[in-house]
Amino acid sequence: MSKQRKAVALISGGLDSLLAAKTIIDQGIYVEGINFFTGFCVEGHTHAIRKKDKATPKRNNALWSAEQLGIKLNIIDIIDEYKDVLINPKHGYGANMNPCLDCKVFMVHKAKEWIEENDFDFIITGEVIGQRPMSQRKDTMPVIAKESGADDLLLRPLCAKNLPITLPEREGWIDREKLHDFSGRTRKPQLALADEFGFEDFAQPAGGCCFLTDKSYSDKLVDLWTARGRKEYDLDDVMLLKVGRHIRPKKNFKLIVAREEGEVRFLQGYKKEFINMNCASHKGPLAMIDGEPSEEDLLLAAQLTARYGQGRDAEFVDVTIREKDGVERQVTVKPIKADQIPLQWMI
Amino acid sequence: MDDLGKNMAKEILNAKRLLCPLPVIRTQDKVKTMNAGDILEVICTDPGVMQDIPAWCRINGHKILETISTEMEYTIILQVA
Repeated sequence: MSKQRKAVALISGGLDSLLAAKTIIDQGIYVEGINFFTGFCVEGHTHAIRKKDKATPKRNNALWSAEQLGIKLNIIDIIDEYKDVLINPKHGYGANMNPCLDCKVFMVHKAKEWIEENDFDFIITGEVIGQRPMSQRKDTMPVIAKESGADDLLLRPLCAKNLPITLPEREGWIDREKLHDFSGRTRKPQLALADEFGFEDFAQPAGGCCFLTDKSYSDKLVDLWTARGRKEYDLDDVMLLKVGRHIRPKKNFKLIVAREEGEVRFLQGYKKEFINMNCASHKGPLAMIDGEPSEEDLLLAAQLTARYGQGRDAEFVDVTIREKDGVERQVTVKPIKADQIPLQWMI
Repeated sequence: MDDLGKNMAKEILNAKRLLCPLPVIRTQDKVKTMNAGDILEVICTDPGVMQDIPAWCRINGHKILETISTEMEYTIILQVA
């Protein structure tokens, strides 16, 4: 009796990885999923924070994919290790702060370590030649296989027929003829295959699954590094960049102003770590102050906080300023007018 | 109580303030250190866990014994498979 071969599938929660895994499962291979959490994944966070997303289900699409496939999913926290990928990408950034090629090399390398530790035979991904401008090109896909150390243990079932033969095919564990030859940015072959497999309600995030591909998010990250004078971050930074309006009147401080109730609730968890303020005489949002503000800066922050409350047109607004130790005081300020806020303050 | 019940451990995991998928990851890592039949109570503040931890349990064969929602907290009690 031949040995049961085992593959680990990189599961992002999107359609391509779902289809790639299903293609291999259907060839009798035992498949488990692996999902890496960098901190920048779109999955989860903003759905949990922002009220406007309440209409959409709060499901984690990687878990959903695994459940559709009937496979186990290993979710791995790589937040700390990922910092070096983001801060020093060998292959540079994409259109924003997305180090897509280095990211994929890193993830496949981690998957290679995982299969060695868990006695699995090969790795599968949902990559398609030409699908993405940086990491899924004909010239960069071999770079991922080589630099990750996976080499011919890396099989891309959706475009395998366009690529050199891999070990699982050469050894006869996989029938190459039953793999696919997808290429380019069109989604039609994937949608047809999803239909064939009977998959419905799968996730198709328009901007990919990573916040680093988002211009607004990337701008906030660059601003954070510039203000601190060094490229570093922790998980709280990653989360806070996803929440609220970010306004930087001066290099030494910025405001994070909640835009809605869900964000207020989320930011309340940080009250002991940041000076924070809200309008006392009118309804208004919670604002956190990140940095080292002077007294004069706090008065400017209070004017900005008042601007985003219901007292924006009042002559004066009382604002409560709360120190990190919870000590409160009240100041009375004139709300700043919209035309008094320079555009470059808005990050 | 049967023999299994006598040896069964109950542990509590504080996953407050963590946003998904971190509570799932912490649950996954905690369960790896526990034995079949043990009970784990996970206390969270992200409402997303009410969907994600049961999904993770279904995938991995663990049993959800109870879910409790209050205004500020979400508690999931599971039995390790």
